[in-house]
Amino acid sequence: MAEAGSTEGAGFRALQARLRGAGYVADDALAMALHLAGALGRPLLLEGPAGVGKTEVAKALAAVCDTRLIRLQCYEGLDASAAIYEWNYRRQLLAIRAAESGGAALDEDALFDEKYLLRRPLLEAISAEHSPVLLIDEIDRADEEFEAYLLEVLSDFQISIPELGTITARTRPSVILTANGTRDLSDALRRRCLYAHIGYPEREAELAILAARGPDLAPRLAEQIVATVQALRREDLEKKPGVAEMLDWAGALSGLGLNDLAADPATVQATLVCLLKTVADRDAVPPEVLSRLIGRAA
Amino acid sequence: MRATRFPARANPAERVSGFIAHLRLNGFGVGPAETTAALQALGAVEATDPQEVRLALRVLLSGDSEGWQRFDALFDAYWYNAGRPRDEVKPKAQSRTRTRPALWQPAGQDGADSQDTAQKEPDPGASETASQGEGRLLATRSESRHRRDLRQCLDPESLRAAETAAERIARAIRDRRSRRRRIARKGHSPNLRATIRKSLASGGDPLEIVLERRPERPMRLVVLCDVSGSMEVYARVFLAFVRGLVSRDTKAEAFLFHTRLIRITAGLAERDPLRLATRLSLLAEGFGGGTDIAGCLDSFAKAHGARLLDRRTLVLILSDGYCTASPEGIGAALTRIKRRAGRIVWLNPLKGWAGYAPVAAGIQAALPHLDAHLAANTLEALAALEPEFAKL
Repeated sequence: MAEAGSTEGAGFRALQARLRGAGYVADDALAMALHLAGALGRPLLLEGPAGVGKTEVAKALAAVCDTRLIRLQCYEGLDASAAIYEWNYRRQLLAIRAAESGGAALDEDALFDEKYLLRRPLLEAISAEHSPVLLIDEIDRADEEFEAYLLEVLSDFQISIPELGTITARTRPSVILTANGTRDLSDALRRRCLYAHIGYPEREAELAILAARGPDLAPRLAEQIVATVQALRREDLEKKPGVAEMLDWAGALSGLGLNDLAADPATVQATLVCLLKTVADRDAVPPEVLSRLIGRAA
Repeated sequence: MRATRFPARANPAERVSGFIAHLRLNGFGVGPAETTAALQALGAVEATDPQEVRLALRVLLSGDSEGWQRFDALFDAYWYNAGRPRDEVKPKAQSRTRTRPALWQPAGQDGADSQDTAQKEPDPGASETASQGEGRLLATRSESRHRRDLRQCLDPESLRAAETAAERIARAIRDRRSRRRRIARKGHSPNLRATIRKSLASGGDPLEIVLERRPERPMRLVVLCDVSGSMEVYARVFLAFVRGLVSRDTKAEAFLFHTRLIRITAGLAERDPLRLATRLSLLAEGFGGGTDIAGCLDSFAKAHGARLLDRRTLVLILSDGYCTASPEGIGAALTRIKRRAGRIVWLNPLKGWAGYAPVAAGIQAALPHLDAHLAANTLEALAALEPEFAKL
């Protein structure tokens, strides 16, 4: 993170502009969060509904800082051996058998060498040469025990391996955690982290995102798409379409060569598979409702 | 907005630490460590630009999405408070200071307490005393829009008994184990298959024994408690009951409803019973008025259904089924809930009465959708519910 801050120089506006250059439209609060995370060297916890670009932030940040992105996807039952390190038993065993058959004496220390060590994301992030971006995705899916372990790693940035000794980070990775609200995170973790909530973007911001990430569209169609998706979010849906869905939809529409949403309602209705992901939601938006939404958007 | 005028001798560090204290009073979990971090953060941004400072402190101090939403108002209240009434943004702090004197009284001296109020504020005190006598209904009507003090309804022993009964019931509902076994680090018995598979890596020696256990598959509880006028006599004891159901279970959720639906899960976490009572009476403003059961159930299904309900959820409704709004929607709302939830149980305080028949339109509409409709008019009836729930 220190790198991210020092190469910046001119505060969070500059970072925001550079993120924009990398194709990520960040609002003021998010840009400030990333800037401070860099300046203070603290992890950043991102929350918000699905599909608003929490994971994309990390990718964009890695692109901006020109560094590696190391990703740890959390799941229930994730343990230290999958997240930090593991000894490569098979290779060790192979070495033992080879030594036995060759009749050579085998030094025990040689078995616990770095070459038998499988580096998992956390260890990899800590031992990297240039400070990478470490993305710990959906931390709320992991168990509470793992959260406690993570706290230790995040506060000291060191990992102790009994056979090798302690490995201390040469450079501090920029840590970004994302959470979806599957369960409540512990206060201890929240206190260590900076916090930012990413909501659905405003109209202008979403237009900018569409321009940056989506296909080339006529301005009028882009506005129709954004207005329709924003109107859909105000409807009473089970799963509201996120930014990712909006981009999918825009891609689908441009692939079909549509120029005006109002012109071909049947096709547009068929492309709603990109936006609405449950049966109840599909039923909630029949053609009449859709044409009303589009009509209001136009 | 005008900026707050601080005493001239207060340096920036003191002002920031004052701001941290202000947040702490409003329920943020921040302390000296955050003060240091905040000063560091101010060094990293343009500290003379209010907007940047606001963004930076929000990122640093808010901690969760609720804090994120409230931060702006609190920021304005502290740094721009000139001409702005403080109570508007500080309801929590105020409620705390108000409860403080009550803490110093021994529990169970409710009479003395109400006299105390009577001396300070003659009018509301008098009507509260009246509500203990026969003029209850009248007093309730006249007061329904005020904040009511829940403390004076029942003695502490029976509340405690209701809570214990509820805890037992909650345990009966929760303790479910799967029939299948799954691999677990803290298992009880070895899983042979996985152990042998792992032993291949060490040449057939089972160095690492893999364990398994029957995982817990608890039922989850969602409680909806009616606190309208007709339920008022039961409200205090039902709240204790709800608290017992919810308190030991981090996943349980509790709501109150009358004409609106209010989530009280967080409020119930309070340990001190007196403070709890005050907090709930603040939450349940409008307590003791009319009911809109259908509307409240519907808004529950819409706002919380997707998040809270699944096949392992038991929805518990405490209500007498009398509603002032139209009862037609109840059936539809319950169907919505039923589609996601595992079971719906209705606890009715009237059902225990001799000669009661479910003729009220509300309960008539609800009956076809319920898995059980049980009596809950006395403490004994509440305590006897446990085997009923174990059956479900």
